[in-house]
Formats: sequence, C-alpha cells, structure tokens
Amino acid sequence: MSAADPAGPQADRIWDLGLLFITLGSVVYAVVIGFLLYALWQGGRRVESVGGPAVEHGLTQWVAGAIVVTTVLLLGLLVANLAVGRATAEFAQPGALTIRVTGHQWWWEIEYADPEPSRRVVTANEIHIPVGRQVRVEVSSRDVIHSFWVPNLHGKLDLTPGYRASTVLRADRPGVYHGRCAEFCGLQHARMDFRVIAESPGRFAAWYEGQLRPGRAPATTLEQQGQQVFLSRGCVLCHTVRGSAAGSRVGPDLTHLASRGTIAAGTLPNTRGHLAGWVLDPQSIKPGVLMPPNQLAANELRALLAYLQSLN
Amino acid sequence: MVTIEDALTEQPLDPGEREKLERTWQPCPGFRGWLTSVDHKSVGKRYVATAFLFFLLGGLEASAIRLQLARPENRLLDPDQYNQIFTMHGTTMMFLFGVPVVLASATYLIPLMVGTRNISYPRLNAFGYWVYLIGGLFLYSGFILNTGPDSGWFSYVPLAGPEYSPGKRMDVWAQTVTFTEIAAIIAGIELIVTILKQRAPGMSLHRMPLYVWAILVTSFVVLFAMPSVALASQMLAFDRLVGTHFFNPAEGGDPFLWQHLFWFFGHPEVYIMFLPAAGFASEIIPVFARRKMFGHTAVVLALVATGFISFGLWVHHMFATGLPQLSQSFFTAASLMIAIPSGVQVFCWIATLWAGRPRFDTPLLFVLGFIALFVLGGITGVMVGSVPFDQQVHDTYFVVAHLHYVQVGAFVFPLFAAFYFWFPKVTGRMLSERAGKWNFWLFFLGVNITFFPMHFLGMMGMTRRIYTYLPETGWGDLNLLATAGAMLIAASVVVFLGNIAWSLRRGGLAGENPWDAHTLEWATSSPPPPYNFTHLPVVEGLYPVWERSAERPVVTGLSAERREILVTTVLDAEPDSRHENPGPSIWPLLSALPVGVTFIGGIFTPWAFVIGPALMLPALIGWGWPQAIPPDDRSIEEVAA
Repeated sequence: MSAADPAGPQADRIWDLGLLFITLGSVVYAVVIGFLLYALWQGGRRVESVGGPAVEHGLTQWVAGAIVVTTVLLLGLLVANLAVGRATAEFAQPGALTIRVTGHQWWWEIEYADPEPSRRVVTANEIHIPVGRQVRVEVSSRDVIHSFWVPNLHGKLDLTPGYRASTVLRADRPGVYHGRCAEFCGLQHARMDFRVIAESPGRFAAWYEGQLRPGRAPATTLEQQGQQVFLSRGCVLCHTVRGSAAGSRVGPDLTHLASRGTIAAGTLPNTRGHLAGWVLDPQSIKPGVLMPPNQLAANELRALLAYLQSLN
Repeated sequence: MVTIEDALTEQPLDPGEREKLERTWQPCPGFRGWLTSVDHKSVGKRYVATAFLFFLLGGLEASAIRLQLARPENRLLDPDQYNQIFTMHGTTMMFLFGVPVVLASATYLIPLMVGTRNISYPRLNAFGYWVYLIGGLFLYSGFILNTGPDSGWFSYVPLAGPEYSPGKRMDVWAQTVTFTEIAAIIAGIELIVTILKQRAPGMSLHRMPLYVWAILVTSFVVLFAMPSVALASQMLAFDRLVGTHFFNPAEGGDPFLWQHLFWFFGHPEVYIMFLPAAGFASEIIPVFARRKMFGHTAVVLALVATGFISFGLWVHHMFATGLPQLSQSFFTAASLMIAIPSGVQVFCWIATLWAGRPRFDTPLLFVLGFIALFVLGGITGVMVGSVPFDQQVHDTYFVVAHLHYVQVGAFVFPLFAAFYFWFPKVTGRMLSERAGKWNFWLFFLGVNITFFPMHFLGMMGMTRRIYTYLPETGWGDLNLLATAGAMLIAASVVVFLGNIAWSLRRGGLAGENPWDAHTLEWATSSPPPPYNFTHLPVVEGLYPVWERSAERPVVTGLSAERREILVTTVLDAEPDSRHENPGPSIWPLLSALPVGVTFIGGIFTPWAFVIGPALMLPALIGWGWPQAIPPDDRSIEEVAA
C-alpha cells in the first residue's frame, strides 16, 4: 500500500501533484539553505563589519526578489492544486457502481447498492470492484469517526456519524489494494484494515452473483453440528448468516465468510488455525475488540470451524 | 563595558536610593516568600521550570511511543496504555509545555526588555501560575491512577463523548485544558498591558524590540483563540457530566461543531508557539551576527500578518471530512499564503547573517538549526495545505513528520537557543559552550533521524495513533531508525540537564552583558535585582544598549519607598502616570485553590460548583482588601524630569 504507487486516476493525479511539490520543495530548500550556508561562510571570514546604504540597498533587493519568487511559486502551486482538486472530485458518471461503507469499531460494513433490494450484497472488510469502472463510495459511521483510505486509489474520506459523504474512485489495473482506517477511533484503530480487490468485470460479476446467494446449507454432519453451535452459542447474537436463523447485524455478516481472504478486519489470514484462535480468544489478538471470548469444547470448535469454512 | 548602572553615578542621586529600593521590592523571606511572591522574575522562573518539567515528561512519553513502534507487533505497551501515553504526550506538549513555556518566558523577559520594574497585574500573574500548576498536577495524578485521557490531544467527539469514553478519563482532559486556558488568557492580558503601557520612556512602538512585538501579537492571538477551546472543552464537559447533547448527532448535536471550535483554536496555537520562537531568533541573530537586524519593519509586519492569517487556516485540519470544494479552496489559499510572512522572516534572518560577522556560539547554532528545520517543515506545510495532497497524507506519519519539524524545529530549537542566551541573565552564570555544542549536534541529528523517515512512512500508508503494525507492511526498518533517532534526542536532553546542573554551580560568571547584546535586560545586573533597574532607563533608539548617548538619561523621579512603576503612552511611550504595583500576597494562591476545587470537584459532583465559589469569596475579599497608601501628589512632569 503506497500513495506513491497509484492504480487509478484519482491517486495518479494526486501523486503527480505530490511529485511537483516534492521537486519544487527540494529545489526551494536547497536554494534557501545554500544561501544560508554561503552567508555564514562569507560572514564568518569577515574581519570588519559591512554596512551603509549601499549594502542595505543590495540586501533589500535580494530579499524583495526572494519574496516575489516565493509568492509566484505559491500562486502557481495554488493553481495546480485547484486543477487537481477539480479533477479528482468529478461527479460519478452514469453506470457507476455505488458502494455504501459503514464504519464500526473496528470493522467495515460493505453494502452494494442496487435499486432492487434482493440484489443488494452485504459483506465486511473486503470490497470487490471491477477494473475500469467508476465506483462511488458513500460513507457513514455507526459509532465514532473513522476514515476510509486506500492509498493506491484515492485520498481519504472521513466517516462521520450523522453525516453521509461520498467520493469517486476507479482502479485501472487488477490487484489487491490495502485500505485502513485513518482516523483515530479507539482501542483497535491500529487493526481496522480492509482490502479492495480489483478484478476483471467478468470475475467481479461472478463474485457478485456468488455473494447474492444465501449461506450454504450444512452438507455434512459435522457442518450441521457446527451450525447448531453457531446458533446456540454467542455467535448468533451478533452475526448474520443469510439463509439460517442468524440475522443480527451487530458484527460482520458471515454469510460468505470463507470467500474472504482475511478475518478480524485485515488482521489475520483466513485460515483454520487463525479462525480457531479468533473464535476462542479474540481479546488476545485485538485487545478491546467487542467480540467476547467463547468457551467451546474441542468437538464443538471442530464442528464450528467446519461450518464456518463451508460458508464460501 | 559601561552600563546604565555605571552611568547613574553621574546623576544627582539620593545616596540611599538603592537600599530603599531593596527594602521596598524585597520578597518575603523563606518558604512564605515562595508562596507569596508576585515578582515577575520569580514567578517566571518557576513557570519556565514547571513547563520544562512537563517537557521532560512529554519526552518520556514520546520515548515510550518510539520504543513500542520500534518493531512490528511489539508487546511493550498494550493498546490502552499506548492510547493514554500518546494522548498524554500531545496534551502535555501542547497544553502544559508549549503554550505555558512561551508565556512563562515572556513573563520573565518582557518587563526587563521594555524597562519596567514588574509586570502589570503581578498578583494575577501569580494566580495564573498556580492555576496552571494545579491543572498539570491534576492531569498527571489522573495518569498515575490509570485515569489518563485516551482519546487523543484533539479529543474528537463522539469518541471522547460520554458514550464511547465512559469513566473519568476524558473529564480529566477537559478540565486540564480549562486550567491551561485560564492561565494562558491571564498571561496574555498581563503581557499586552505591560507591553502597551509600561515601556520605558522613549521606547515608542517603532523602537520596540522584535521579541516584544512577537509577544504582543502572540498575546492577542491567545486572547482570540483560547476562548474557542475553552468553550469547546466546557461543552464537552457538559455533554459528559450533565447530559447535554452539543456533540451527539443522535440528539441534534454535531461532531463537526467540535472540530471547528477545536481547530479554530488549534491552528492559531501553532503560531502561539512559533511567533515567540521567531521573536527569539530575531533577537539572537543580530547579537551573534554583530550587526543590526535587517528589515526590522518587514519582520514586524510579517509577525502581525501571521497573527491575522493564523485564524484563517483551521479547516485544513478537516480536509478529509468531505467539505464542499469552494471552502476547501479558500482554506488552501490561506494555508499557502501564510508561507509568505514566514518567508519574509527567514529571508531577513539570512540577510542579517549575510552582512554580519557571525560568531558560532551555542545560541546561534540552535537558531541556525531552527532555520534548517523550519524551512523544511514549512515546505511540507505548504504540501499538506493542498486539499488533494492532504487527503493522501492526512492522519499519516507524513503529518507527524511535518508537525514535529515545525514544532521541534521551529519551537523547541529557538527555545533552547533562548535558554542558552538568557541563562546567564537569569542565573548570573554561563552555560558550558562545549556541552552546548554536544547538546546541539545530538539534538539536530536526532530530530532529523527521528522525523525525516516518517515522511516516507506516511507515503507508505502508515497511519497515525496506531499502537502496532504488521510485519508485512514493511514499515519496520524505518520505524527502528526513527526510534534510534529518538534515543539521540533523549541523549541530547541528558547533556542539557547535565549542563544546567554543572553550570549553576561552576559556570563562568556572566556579568551584565556577556554576549554584547542590545536589549534593555542586558543593562542591569545578572541576575537582575527584584526592582530590575535602579533607575528606569530612557530609550534612545531601536537598539537601546548599542545606541546609548553619552548622557545615558534615566528616569529618576519614581519613589523608591513604594512599588511605583511608570505608566507611559501606548504609541510614543511618553510618561503618562505612576502606578502602585502590589507587593507579596498569599491571596493568589488562596484564590487558585478554589478554582481547583471547582473544576476538579465538578467531575464528581455538581456541588463543587457551589462549594468552590463559596470558598472563592473570602479569597477574593482578601485579595481586594484596600491597603493604606500614603498620598504622593507629585505630577508626572516632576517624576519624569
């Protein structure tokens, strides 16, 4: 993840501006410090003070010149800055994909808007987007202020409770782009990451159709036992698995948990071992996280993991 | 070198004058004197020392932060400890060190520099110090008792509100801020009055030293900026303690209200720290360049312009909130514009050195380090003033790098320069130059090694205020480097402390004017007597000590048997009237305690707002109790003869 490696037009324009700033800034810095060092060098060799109207006049001309140059440079930068500001903020084009992102302590709720309610997809911490298509991201927060940031794609946007804000971005090449929460939001601000997966329109459509399906029904006895654990223990109080009796929206939607690459908002790879550790004792991985520890017998855990891993 | 003191022997004087002055201005003896002093020098010294103690504590917190971040997934601190520590670091550096030390050093220096016997409202000055001390002790008591604030020094709501920060932690923060605001506003008022009404005769506005100008502008900025955060912190306290909903969106409140009020103070605050620091530089550079400052008027205008523009930038802290384009453009323009007056000052400093004969003593080294760091911080400041670029680097380590270049570079460095420069005046002894140079180079290298890599970390996506990061991020090495730099800074501060401890006992005697400086404080003994000057000097030029005529005129008509100070006119500093300056008093302390009871107790029970003022009443009666003063009917013309 890097703002210096843009993968879309917004981040690209901003990085061009950044390069302009860095280049110009380095030149200005070198010139100013050069003058300072030269002043010290030639002044340090001097035995007699210099003074008088001629010296003062000369200094005045130099200083006035420097101020004029500074002002002109700043005006130039202002114009460049306004141009980039306009370019990055252009309105969403028709056909843009609209995604609603809601911040929670400390995870991301992702909802794909569609006029048809049955075609809305809800997921968490992982955003799939089609390459080359404009994406409009609408943000808000359920609790405190968070900030949505994918450095390779665009600058950040705050998620403020009580407000909606939106931004436009586009990925021009496929890839997995890391995003994180940029506004301090409490104990686990450090571990509130997400991933943007930019893929070809075809693959995106396939993923989307997959996400529209309800959660897979348990196929084996072990998975059935696992679903029973899920529905009879604490899990059901916070999580949704569409197609089952679990429908709470306090925590992330787990309908297609196994299709996601990470768990715990980008903290851990989605493997059986990490999942087991997370289910049993999330507090040791993310101290302060709102998910409570779960005491499960070995066979219960085995069944639950089998069930969760079947939810692809 | 001849001083005003020597010149006095040529004046027709009452021979016992000096003894009378001693008697009139002497503080109470012993411990009682410590509690009752209203002398701007003893209060100022105490104030600076307290602020410096908080600087050390803030530095320890910074070290803890750096140690925690040295490696990915470090387990030195848990997130709760980390959040308290980084909040304490910011709160301490901004509210208990930055603003107070600026006003504290001005409390010490300004009356000497404008040539008067004491600050105006000296009891209020003492009261301000006590209030500040109570606030600082309160915050650290909370921290020690694991009730340290943990929502950041900026305390964004709703995170800092009642719902997401239950318990007393953020109440402690809100009230600490209140204490600091009271102390700062008090100091601002005294300094404005001292500067405008107590300048020595002849020090008309166009002969006022640049540091005095800087403090005048700063004090006005304090008066306009502090009420904003005072309002905000009290609204937060109300939301938390009595269930109002100023910031609760669910009940019609607004989280942006907090951000606007806080940054309307928060951005000018940067200039509350920078302007006096620039003033230090403008005083120190001519002394060590051994020539007059180039472009005095331009620098004054730059200081005033900075003061005004500083109120037009606050929204650049909110560029990521999704504001409309038009308002963003306005604040971008203002953020870029403030680089112009800063540039004017830098160019004038370079021009002064250019035409001077620089002498590379420690104070000048720190000022040169300041210029090198400040110009870099200024350039990154222009970058973060741009909306699109800021949307990328906002809330990342790029901003951490920028703000530390500006605040360590453009504030702490000039402050150290000032410390080395004025230490001989305050204590009568020189600091060791050799240790000073070690101090400087360790500090300068340390700051660059710590903060320069953070620019890259920010670009690489490292966000601020995170207690840990994963190894896959690739941030580990640069963080380790930054931590190593922080250890160099810590070492330089140890050298500094050693230098003070050694020099206080063994340092060379300073004499009145060891640096051949030009402002009035160098025209009295080191340390200055309680009455500052045996006779108030009359100022004959912009550089009073360098530009004295052979006659060396002084003010001779002030009574030595009363604490009399000369009040002069605002523009021309013509003698206007005499004013009786109050003597030692216990009432400032006894009035500060009820303020502490009210705000600290208010966290626990609303009854504190009844008990506190009830205790305050007798203290105020004692404070205001009239004292018998023998009449003195001489006219002002006779006094200023």
